[in-house]
Amino acid sequence: MRLLIALRMTIVLTVLTGIAYPLAITGLGALIFPAQARGSLIERHGAIVGSALIGQNFSASRYFHGRPSAAGDAGYDATASGGSNLGPTNKVLIAAVSARVRSLVEKNPGTTAVPIDLVTTSGSGLDPEVSPAAADLQIARVARARGLSEDQVRDLVRANTRPRLAGLFGEPGVNVLLVNLALDRVSASPRPAGP
Amino acid sequence: MLLNALIQIGLFTLIVTAISVPLGLYMARVFAGEPTFADPLLKPLERLIYSLAGVHPESEQTWVEYAIAMLLFSAVGMLVLYAMQRLQGWLPLNPQSLGAVAPDLAFNTAASFTTNTNWQAYAGETTMSYFTQMAGLAFHNFVSAAAGIAVAIAVIRGFARRGMKTIGNFWFDLVRATLWVLLPLSAILALVLIGQGVPQNFSPYTQVKTVEGAAQVIAQGPVASQEAIKELGTNGGGFFNANSAHPYENPTPLANLLEMIAILAIGAALTHTFGQMVGDRRQGWALYGAMVILFLAGAAITTWSEQRGNPMLAAAGASEQASAMQSGGNMEGKEVRFGIVDSALWDTITTDASCGAVNAMIDSFTPLGGMIPLLNIQIGEIIFGGVGSGLYGMLVMAVLAVFIAGLMVGRTPEYLGKKIEGREMKLAMLFILIFPTVILLPAAIALVTSAGLAGISNPGPHGFTQILYAYTEAAGNNGSAFGGLNANTSFYNVTLAAVMLCGRFLMKVPVLALAGSLAAKRTVPVSAGTFPTNGAVFVILLIGVILIVAALTFFPADALGPIVEHLAMVHGRLY
Repeated sequence: MRLLIALRMTIVLTVLTGIAYPLAITGLGALIFPAQARGSLIERHGAIVGSALIGQNFSASRYFHGRPSAAGDAGYDATASGGSNLGPTNKVLIAAVSARVRSLVEKNPGTTAVPIDLVTTSGSGLDPEVSPAAADLQIARVARARGLSEDQVRDLVRANTRPRLAGLFGEPGVNVLLVNLALDRVSASPRPAGP
Repeated sequence: MLLNALIQIGLFTLIVTAISVPLGLYMARVFAGEPTFADPLLKPLERLIYSLAGVHPESEQTWVEYAIAMLLFSAVGMLVLYAMQRLQGWLPLNPQSLGAVAPDLAFNTAASFTTNTNWQAYAGETTMSYFTQMAGLAFHNFVSAAAGIAVAIAVIRGFARRGMKTIGNFWFDLVRATLWVLLPLSAILALVLIGQGVPQNFSPYTQVKTVEGAAQVIAQGPVASQEAIKELGTNGGGFFNANSAHPYENPTPLANLLEMIAILAIGAALTHTFGQMVGDRRQGWALYGAMVILFLAGAAITTWSEQRGNPMLAAAGASEQASAMQSGGNMEGKEVRFGIVDSALWDTITTDASCGAVNAMIDSFTPLGGMIPLLNIQIGEIIFGGVGSGLYGMLVMAVLAVFIAGLMVGRTPEYLGKKIEGREMKLAMLFILIFPTVILLPAAIALVTSAGLAGISNPGPHGFTQILYAYTEAAGNNGSAFGGLNANTSFYNVTLAAVMLCGRFLMKVPVLALAGSLAAKRTVPVSAGTFPTNGAVFVILLIGVILIVAALTFFPADALGPIVEHLAMVHGRLY
C-alpha cells in the first residue's frame, strides 16, 4: 500500500517536474528569448561560425587569441567542457605555465607583464573571454598583422569589452570571437605580416 | 580590489538576508496549510496530485510512518533513475544516440541524485540523454530538495508541538515544497537565465565551422530548466561536465549573482520559517546569525587566498597582480567573467549550502582556498546547508550546544522549552558521529588500497586531499569535487554511492526520531535559570561548539592534506 503510493507519487511528480516543467520553459524560452534559447549562435555569410558564449581556438597572428583550454585534446572542444584540474603544487601545471609565458613573449615582443588569465586554463575550457589586460597585450601584434593602426584595433577591443555588472559584480572581459569577427569586417582579406 | 571584494560579498549577504525573511515567513504559511496568494493556481493541482497518488494529506504520521514514507519514496525514485539510465538508448529525446550508462556508474548516479548530492562521475554532455537529464535528473533535483525541506519542517514541528505523537504528513510536505516553493521559483529563474544566454532546446548538438576553419561541435540541450532547480534545490549536478563554470550554464555576472542567491535563498529562509513556527522569530535569527558569521569567515579566507595567488605561477613569469585591467590572483580553473572574487565566493557558498555546483575548479584552488570548501562540508553542511538538511543539521548542533551549556552550569538543558534528556542526546550524538565515520573510514581504505590510490591525479599532499574531499562531499551530500580524481571506476562508484546513501538516510532517521521524541514532550516554563537561545551569547556558543566538533574530528586529516600542501607551496616545493 505504502509502496504503491510511493510509486504513484513518483510517476505523477516525474510528469510534472521532469516533463511538463522543462517543456513549458522550453516553449516560453523559444517565445521570449529565441536567440538565447538556441545557444546565442552567430551566423556569417549564412553559416554558423560559433556561439557568442563559447570560446574557440585562434592561432593566426591576425586574430586575438583566447585562453589556453583543457577542453578536449585540442582545446575548446564544446562537447568536453572542463578544467585542467591540476593542483597548485603539481609540476605539470608550473611547467605548462612557464612554457606558455615563453611562447607568449615570443609572439608578442615587448611584453612586460603576462596577464595570468592568458597563461592559465579556464574552468570550462570554453571561456569566451580574456581580461582587458590580455587583449591589450595582443593589440600591437594584431594591428601589425592586419596593417591596421593600433588605435583602430583598440577601439574594436573597447567596443567588445563587457564591463562589470553595475560596476560591481564580476570582472570585465573581452569577447575574443566577437572582437575577431569585428576585425574581419574591418579588414577582411589578411595582409601579409610586415618584414 | 579589496574594496570591490568587500562590497560584492557584503551586498550579496544583504540581498540573501532581505530575501530570506519574506520567503521564510511564506514557507511557514505554506506548511501550516494557511492561505497564500498562489492558492487559486496551485490548490487544484495539489488536489489532483493527491488523488492520482492515493494520498490522504490530512492524516498525520508518527515519526516512524513519516520516515518509512520518505525512505520508500526515495528508494522507488532511485530504482527508476537507475532503470532510466540503463535504458536511455530506447527512450525518446536522445538526438546524440547516447547508449546505456554502465551499471556501476548508473548506480552511483542514482544514489547521488536521490540523496541530493549530485556528485557526477560522468560528463553530462557525452553520457546522459536529454530525457535522462530532465525526467530522471531534474525530477530528482526537485524531489530530493522537497524531501529535505519536508524533513526540516517535520523536525520544526517536533520542537513546536507539545504532547503530540505525530509530526505531520510526508506527502503533504513533499507536494507543498514542490508546488509552492520549488516549481514557481525555478520557473522564474529559468526564464531569466535564458534571457542571460542559458540555452533551452532539444536540438542535436550544433555543428560549427569556426572562424579559422576548424570543426567545433557545441553541446546544448534543455539547460536552463535544469540549471534553475539545480541551484534552488542545492543539488548542484551540472548539465555539462564543467558545471556552472560552463558559459552555457552561467553566462554572465548577473546570471552568476542570481544563481548564487538561489543556492542560499531557501536554506537561509528556513531559519525564519523555524522562528515563525516555534513562535519566537529571534530563535530563527540566532541560527541565521551563526550561519552568516561562519559563511563570511569562509568567504573572506578563500577570497584572500585565491587573490594572493600561487607564488610559483608568479615565478614562472605570470602577473598575478590585480588591477582594473585584470583580476589577477590564481586564475587556473577560473573564468574571466567571474575573476577571483566571484569564484571564491561561489565555491564558498556551494560548499556551505551542500549544493556542489562549481563555477571554478576547486582542484586548482590554492591549498588554503581549497581547504575552506572542504572545511565547510566537514562542519556538517549546516552553514545554510542543503535545503532542509542544513536546518535540521544546525538544530542538532543547537541541541548539543545547550547540552554543553547545561553541563557547565549543572542544569538539565532545555531548548525551546523542551527538556533535552538522555534519549535526545543519544540521537543527536548518533547524528553527529555517523558523519565523520562514513567519511574517514572509507577515505582511509581508499588511501591504502591500489584501487583507491589509482584515482589520484595530482601527486603529493594534493592527492591525499582529492580522496579526503571525495568522501567528505559524498557524506555531506555536496557533490562538488576535486575534479581531477579519476572517480569513474567500480571502486569509487560503489564506495562513494554507499557513503552518499549513509550520509543522507542514516542521518535523516535519527533526526526524525529526535523530532518524534520532542513532539511528545510537554514544555517547561521559562525560569531565571533558562539559558536564552535567542541572543548573541547563544550564537557565540553555537559557533564555538560547531568549530570545536569539526576541528576535533577532522584537523588531523586536514593537516596532512591542504595544510602540508600550503607549506610546500610557499617553500616552492613541487610534486
